[in-house]
Amino acid sequence: MSVKSPISSVNDFVVRFANVNGSGSASANELFARSILRHGVPVSPRNIFPSNIQGLPTWYEVRVTEAGHLGARGGVDLMVAMNPQTWDKDVASIEPGGYLFYDSTKPMPSSKFRADITVIGVPLTAITNSTYTDPRQRQLFKNIIYLGALCALLDLDPKLVEQLIGEQYKGKEKLLSSNVHALHLGRDWALQNLKCPIGLQVKKSDKVGDRIFMEGNSAAALGAVYGGATVCAWYPITPSSSVAEAFTSHCKKLRHDPETGKAKYAIVQGEDELASIGIVIGASWNGARAFTATSGPGISLMTEFIGLSYFAEIPAVIMNIQRAGPSTGMPTRTQQCDIIACAYASHGDTKHVLLFPEDPAEAFEFAAQSFDLAERLQTMIFLMLDLDIGMNHRLCRPLKWDDARQYDRGKVMTAEMLDEPGRDFGRYLDVDGDGIPYRTYPGTHPTKGSFFTRGTSRDRYARYSEEGAIYADNMQRLVRKFETAQDMVPRPLQANAAKPTKYGVIYFGSTSPAMDEAIGILEARGHQLDRLRIRAFPFHSSVASFIADHDFVYVVEQNRDGQLRQLIVNENGIDPVRLVPILHYDGTPITARFIANAIGDHQDHLKVTPLRKAVS
Amino acid sequence: MTYIAKPKFQHPGLPKNELGYTHRDYEGKVSTLCAGCGHDSITASIIEACYELSIEPHRVAKISGIGCSSKTPDYFLGNSHGFNSVHGRMPSVLTGANLANRDLIYLGVSGDGDSASIGFGQFAHSIRRAVNMTYIVENNGVYGLTKGQFSATADRGSKSKKGVMNTDNAIDLVAIALQLGASFVARSFSGDKSQLVPLIAAAIRHKGAAFIDVISPCIAFNNHAGSTKSFDYVREHNDAVNRLDVLTGRDPITVEYAPGTVQVVEQHDGTRLALRKIDADYDANDRLAAMTFLQKHAAKGQVVTGLLYVDPDAEDLHTHLDTVETPLNTLEAKDLCPGSAALEKINASLR
Repeated sequence: MSVKSPISSVNDFVVRFANVNGSGSASANELFARSILRHGVPVSPRNIFPSNIQGLPTWYEVRVTEAGHLGARGGVDLMVAMNPQTWDKDVASIEPGGYLFYDSTKPMPSSKFRADITVIGVPLTAITNSTYTDPRQRQLFKNIIYLGALCALLDLDPKLVEQLIGEQYKGKEKLLSSNVHALHLGRDWALQNLKCPIGLQVKKSDKVGDRIFMEGNSAAALGAVYGGATVCAWYPITPSSSVAEAFTSHCKKLRHDPETGKAKYAIVQGEDELASIGIVIGASWNGARAFTATSGPGISLMTEFIGLSYFAEIPAVIMNIQRAGPSTGMPTRTQQCDIIACAYASHGDTKHVLLFPEDPAEAFEFAAQSFDLAERLQTMIFLMLDLDIGMNHRLCRPLKWDDARQYDRGKVMTAEMLDEPGRDFGRYLDVDGDGIPYRTYPGTHPTKGSFFTRGTSRDRYARYSEEGAIYADNMQRLVRKFETAQDMVPRPLQANAAKPTKYGVIYFGSTSPAMDEAIGILEARGHQLDRLRIRAFPFHSSVASFIADHDFVYVVEQNRDGQLRQLIVNENGIDPVRLVPILHYDGTPITARFIANAIGDHQDHLKVTPLRKAVS
Repeated sequence: MTYIAKPKFQHPGLPKNELGYTHRDYEGKVSTLCAGCGHDSITASIIEACYELSIEPHRVAKISGIGCSSKTPDYFLGNSHGFNSVHGRMPSVLTGANLANRDLIYLGVSGDGDSASIGFGQFAHSIRRAVNMTYIVENNGVYGLTKGQFSATADRGSKSKKGVMNTDNAIDLVAIALQLGASFVARSFSGDKSQLVPLIAAAIRHKGAAFIDVISPCIAFNNHAGSTKSFDYVREHNDAVNRLDVLTGRDPITVEYAPGTVQVVEQHDGTRLALRKIDADYDANDRLAAMTFLQKHAAKGQVVTGLLYVDPDAEDLHTHLDTVETPLNTLEAKDLCPGSAALEKINASLR
């Protein structure tokens, strides 16, 4: 079946693999993405997976992008349709002029195809069954065989793929050679039977540079290792579990005493999220750097302890890998939907510090920094990732660490300090005027510096009190402390349009790559926008001035209610009319196309000539 | 009444322990509990046990949940850090604290509402994780601070002060602790200080999860006829299986015991527990037998007390996690941070 104008594109297209969950396709698909990287061509892969172990549909999307656009693009140019359950929807999702790759072992009625796409049939099952007898091998090697066929179709260099397989199965020669064999089975069949290459092709380039390819959860976990976390307590929940699992594997490699072999860390899988955050708070109270990783439902469960952390001023770090809510929501879909829930978590008047990394590199940096902030500010720090950053491999700048960097352990009074003449220790005494008091670790001094930590109101010397004035004094100090935080957290980053403009856009977190790309599309449409990427809450004063400098500011976020916008309005007293919400919340990652259309349409609307001018 | 300062005056003739501390050095603030509360007797027993063991008063971390019992850490060991955390969550906070610094002594104080209801899960999991701690439940079968509701340890058929009959089955925390593998399990009565003090001392010196259920009558809401947690009821039904002497130091046992009546158990740190048998058949080293014994006697309405089970060779969570001997909270960047060279290698592996 041929079409008049098949898509023709080098190093700029989207391939989507439709698979069955649990069929072993993930490693073959990842191999595909990595081999393109080895050609020096950036890729941006995304897992679209169900909350299921085996049997339900799963997709893996690879955006091949010489220009380095790492956000999701939308649309599919080549569909590798390996799942009969989703066939119709998968075929329908292909762009006009696109390609469909399928297992042609069994004939399909023509009604199952489309006339405006190129259909590529490879008898994968037939090839596999004639080569392998073991059912498990058949399933696994079928994935490598289609990878081989794609190599031929997209003109990938088989040597680079072989090299990757070699690295993956280093020391397992039997697996190595059988994988390479399967790869060539598929490639040779395609070269002999199909027109290779098709219109979509990969050509060697040099656009990857020294960048690394990493998942945000693993990067955040590594940040915790570098940031000196010694206690991790967690409860499994998608999409955060891989943070604790990665922390475990990083620690196994990096945190054992070389002489004794003993662990310089403690990881406990709690019985639930309440216990996990309780362990974190107990450890932090006792002077260890501790964290947990969770997602929305876990945040809901932890809120009582979060309030205790705020009020009793105990450092702690929560990594929240956000997923679509509310309630159980869509556990395997991405959103930025816990902004309000985290900023104001727990009953009573509370406010918490939030950090918004844009990619794995920032997840690493902010994770390490979060422990300094937690101890300096003696409060809860939320590292706000989401599924899109956390569970997908993302190309990002290499991780960096300055060996001269010391941990900021905050204001901790030692036994020597307690013994200084004239030294007055009050746990909640604001000695320096920044709202941050001194603390002591348990067991510091035989007669000085002990205090009773409680969630009840108390005076500056940690003595129980229900006096209104004493309570208000403490609450005011907490406000001062939050103001101090403003200048300690990562500042917003501003990028101005090429020409002066009255319009701005605010965005944060995983929206970053889609936003960067959208700016280019909008510029091409004649719309100039200044950009401000918010990286933390409390908001730096530059957020309010950025808004003041523009007539309108779009606030782009991945939730229904415009939560960041609400927070900006609430915290900065901004007229809501000046902040235009651009909201994407269907659980898929936001795309440049979506942002450009939404902002572009709004801008076009603003440029409509006023009626009275038109008639005059 | 925490605003009432205790006089700092000490009688110069007060006896001192091995470290030169007097009883007063182990006291805390003035109790705000009701006069005659069983919990205050437990507080006094904790003070006594710490004094007798010559513990440095600041090397204990006192952690509690919420409720009358959880207020008590303010009333003993005033030079120790205390943490009155949230309801039912003492075990997790204590677990975290213990992970951060294995060198302190961890004393968890909880109540029956705190540990058998809202915190039942945390109680169970801290025990099964073998956290090295002394976990004391001050058990009065009633919610005192909220004025007299039944708790989950109230016996079925017992009556509230208002005359309401409890129809729910009781949770026996001792039975659960045994089942979950606590390596030191005891029950006592706040009115029997001579039994309680050595139990607390032995628990503190035990390495592993030590659990003590202390029946502690609530003078305000659960000390009437028809209650099974009243002073009178517990005195009448107390079935002590043994009495305990804790022997520290290397001195030989000087007390004369009649042959066959004493079982000596040596714990990890060298403390010896001399168990004077009251019930000749009771073996405190046999977990399964202890469970059966407890069930049989509970069916007869008896409150079995004493050191019910001890495993002197128990391991704790740090052993299981194979953590370094140095407390984790003292490790610095040079111990914890792998540095830029290691990071370069990681970067290279991600290309």
